[in-house]
Amino acid sequence: MQIFTCPFCGPREETEFHFAAEAGKHRPEPAEEVSDADWADYLYLNDAPKGAAREVWVHATCGEFFVMTRDTVTREITDVTALPGRDG
Amino acid sequence: MSGWRLPSDGGIDRDRPLGFTFDGQPLSGFEGDTLASALLASGPRILGRSFKYHRPRGLWGMGGEEPNAILDVTGPEGVTPNVRATQMRLRDGMALASVNAAPDAARDRFGIMDLAHRFLPAGFYYKTFMAMGWMRWEPMIRRMAGLGRVDPGHHPAADAVPMNARCDLLVIGAGPAGLAAARAAAGQGRAVWLVDEAGAVGGSLRWRGGQIDGGDWRAFASETVTAVEAAGGRVMTDTTLWGAFDHGLFAAWQRREGQPDRHWRIRAANVVLAAGAIERPLWFANNDLPGVMSAEAALHYLRLYGAVAGRNIVLATGNDASYPVAAALAEAGARVTLADARADGPAAPEGVELLRGARLTKAKGRREVGGAVVDGGHVDADTVLVSGGYTPSVHLWCQAGGKLDWNAGADALVPRPGTCGMAVAGAANGGFGLQRALEEGHRAGTGTGPAPRAATTGDWGLVPMRPDPTLKGRQWLDPQNDVTLKDVKLAAQEGYRSVEHLKRYTTLGMATDQGRSANFAGLAAMSAITGLSIPETGTTTYRPPFTPVPLKTIAGLRRGELFNPVKRLALEPLHRNQGARFREYGGWLRPSVYGDGEESTLAQAEAKAARETVGLYDASPLGKIEVIGPGAAELLDFCGYIRMSTLKTGRARYGFMLSETGIVHDDGVMFRLAEDRFIVSASSSHVASVRMILEEARQDRFDPRRSFIHDVTANWVTITLTGPRAGDLAHAAGLPDQMLALPHMGVAEGLWNGHPVRVARVSFTGDLSYEISVPARHGTALHARLEAARAAHKGRWIGLESVMILRAEKGFILVGKDTDGLTMPHDLGWGGPREKRKDEYFGRRSLFTPEACRHDRRQLVGLVTDGPDPLPVGAHLVARDGPRRSLGFVTSSYVSPTLKRPIALALLEAGGSRMGEALTAFQLGATRSVQVTPACAFDPEGGRLNG
Repeated sequence: MQIFTCPFCGPREETEFHFAAEAGKHRPEPAEEVSDADWADYLYLNDAPKGAAREVWVHATCGEFFVMTRDTVTREITDVTALPGRDG
Repeated sequence: MSGWRLPSDGGIDRDRPLGFTFDGQPLSGFEGDTLASALLASGPRILGRSFKYHRPRGLWGMGGEEPNAILDVTGPEGVTPNVRATQMRLRDGMALASVNAAPDAARDRFGIMDLAHRFLPAGFYYKTFMAMGWMRWEPMIRRMAGLGRVDPGHHPAADAVPMNARCDLLVIGAGPAGLAAARAAAGQGRAVWLVDEAGAVGGSLRWRGGQIDGGDWRAFASETVTAVEAAGGRVMTDTTLWGAFDHGLFAAWQRREGQPDRHWRIRAANVVLAAGAIERPLWFANNDLPGVMSAEAALHYLRLYGAVAGRNIVLATGNDASYPVAAALAEAGARVTLADARADGPAAPEGVELLRGARLTKAKGRREVGGAVVDGGHVDADTVLVSGGYTPSVHLWCQAGGKLDWNAGADALVPRPGTCGMAVAGAANGGFGLQRALEEGHRAGTGTGPAPRAATTGDWGLVPMRPDPTLKGRQWLDPQNDVTLKDVKLAAQEGYRSVEHLKRYTTLGMATDQGRSANFAGLAAMSAITGLSIPETGTTTYRPPFTPVPLKTIAGLRRGELFNPVKRLALEPLHRNQGARFREYGGWLRPSVYGDGEESTLAQAEAKAARETVGLYDASPLGKIEVIGPGAAELLDFCGYIRMSTLKTGRARYGFMLSETGIVHDDGVMFRLAEDRFIVSASSSHVASVRMILEEARQDRFDPRRSFIHDVTANWVTITLTGPRAGDLAHAAGLPDQMLALPHMGVAEGLWNGHPVRVARVSFTGDLSYEISVPARHGTALHARLEAARAAHKGRWIGLESVMILRAEKGFILVGKDTDGLTMPHDLGWGGPREKRKDEYFGRRSLFTPEACRHDRRQLVGLVTDGPDPLPVGAHLVARDGPRRSLGFVTSSYVSPTLKRPIALALLEAGGSRMGEALTAFQLGATRSVQVTPACAFDPEGGRLNG
């Protein structure tokens, strides 16, 4: 049972969290100019890195989305950062 | 029957005899006995049968490694299946029964399986029954397989609350190494938890004894316990640390006298693994006979229980650790022949006949040991004790991700330093002998100064002992699952050379003991065959649990109602008073119908009443997600399919929320209460996910300071009045005039009887409806007011079953029931925004893919059919003529009491262009003829919305 640190609530057990998205995967916009193939890539193709990974997770109990940097092999978590928001 | 009890000695209370039965035979033991010690001292040797050949099996070990003595135990609380006899304390009146044997272990009729062993090699099942049709044989094989029998009527208490704990140092194993580690750490003021599987601290000291720091080991142990407790730590015996998990979580199973077992989740800043080692067997012909036992276990039973394994004993070994065993047994009065594989070793213990360089090649006897062959000569024996070396218990180390190295001195795989966050000490580290255990433990507990001193030093002079493929006769590697040396050879010959393949092909190490005594031999045998070294051959993966843990212990309170608790209505007691029957809908426990009688009949009557007068239902689970702030409208515009920024204050609008794939995720009404304040009325089962869609956009796409999302669903009680007389009832209940006068899709807030109220004129039934919401603490008052006025207006409480009929009559969908994972809004007749909206919104791009633009997409339609019976939900729609291909399926189906005919909704290919078309509904071979209609079957003009 891993312990993740929510930037808002502090350390909590992993069962309170959900994976949300790959970090840094930008929604291609204007979306209507994106080809069908590129849009499908955006929707369905995800990396599954072995080792270092940057991911967006959400703490389901408080609703905080944040970027977590972790190692998928050693399970070590090196950083958690709140999302900057549009104007952050 | 060769085991016997010493007239004195041992840790048992000889003044308190206990009676028990084994396979119906009355026997006796003493207070302090385990099942195993009582059976060894008093009883029969054949305690069970092996899994495949049904060979007789007797006691081998002394703890969780026991592969053979597995019993169904009937005590006062009922039957506990598959108990390892070594791990349960004897109680008066217990009935023990052998497993995998019929009628009992001594007379098992499946013993004839052994005669067929030549025809049942490894892989026999795969080769035979798969080819001949597994399904035909499976029932027979299932009956023969398996161990104990579960008593379905026995529901063991599992009301112990699982505990979470933290400590500075967790010490796993309270033998000499664990004690030294705990003492060193506690001396520095650290909170130490010292945990041991056995009923007392001491580990091997308990039977091997020893002097530490000039005194008896017991003084050292009790000082350690005192020091640990004084420093705020804890000593837990009868507690199995059964799993190491991510981020330093350890799971422990604590057995408590007279109370339910308890489950612990422990997180420690530091961990010392001092789990000891398990003695290996030796490999010779018939090494599985009852009467062949671990030498270490024999000493354990002698010292702790005064139980002697036999009278005429051959002890075969290759190390010094067996010498004290031989000495103790001889002193107890047994005739002992010590067959040491080494040419030189310690002097012969007193009273022991020592054979140097001697090799045990065979155990004689059919049902139990009746003699042995040593160096080709017969030796009289009723018991054969063996020691093939020791395997360090590295399970938790490996579970936590640690790697292993070969240590030739210990003749074992031991933890490779630095590959895991734990410290390892003593026999678990290959550090055999008391002095080494104390030193390693002291160091692991970060002790400074000199380690505790043992009176004896020196190692055990281990020489490698291995299975010998040239030896005649069957040599057992895994006695529980019946894997012999020949099976390993066969596996290698057929290409299953990886240890993981070997394990699965032969089932080596897959029994309930998880190969404690078997794996090393299999590994060594495979390494000899392939010519690879043991470290190159590797080990199978270690996974939790370390020993079988009862599921009830892990589950704890999370059973029955608490397994997945339902959400409950604030007014549930009031609904119960009115005869409501409850059922789960989307995680909420809600009234299905009110009153006695058949549910479908009641639902019909309730739906009819709601159409004729007025129905009242509890709509509290309907989502109430407040979206507040200057950025609220912008956020909702992006997250929703239908624009909300154009909604006027005090009005409601129906909308959809899509996923980014364009699929309908939820539908519902949104209210605008102020310029900067909305309420999203998500479906009751989608509240959490809708909130997350909003939150993700708020935090990732917009300025999170400009909007705020607050789910207040549980804070409000909502009662909906629906029907032609809804307005009259609302008026009679005293609802303010300005709220009564609301237009359709109007919403207003205000004060009513001194508390807030919100009324919305939205309708899920097509009839005039008032949705009245009050803070939950005022729900009872709202209920009372409505109740006082209800009878006069022929109002009737209605359950969810009738609400389903009412909404289906109108063609109103339930997302997830009338839609599936392909349904887009234009499939539901809501193509407008897709064509007209030019701004960006969530899921928009996906509505214009080639797939989304197909003309034969499944679209929502209604169906009419012949006869009085509703169509089966899930029935496939096929063309009258032409190929029998599914064009779609029925999603909702009811009988409408108002229309007096069945109604149905369906998803149908190009449904919108098939109005009036005749189709066939097909399910389970039966067909019905249907005709395609619009989804709305009742009041299509909408005249009833205004009463």
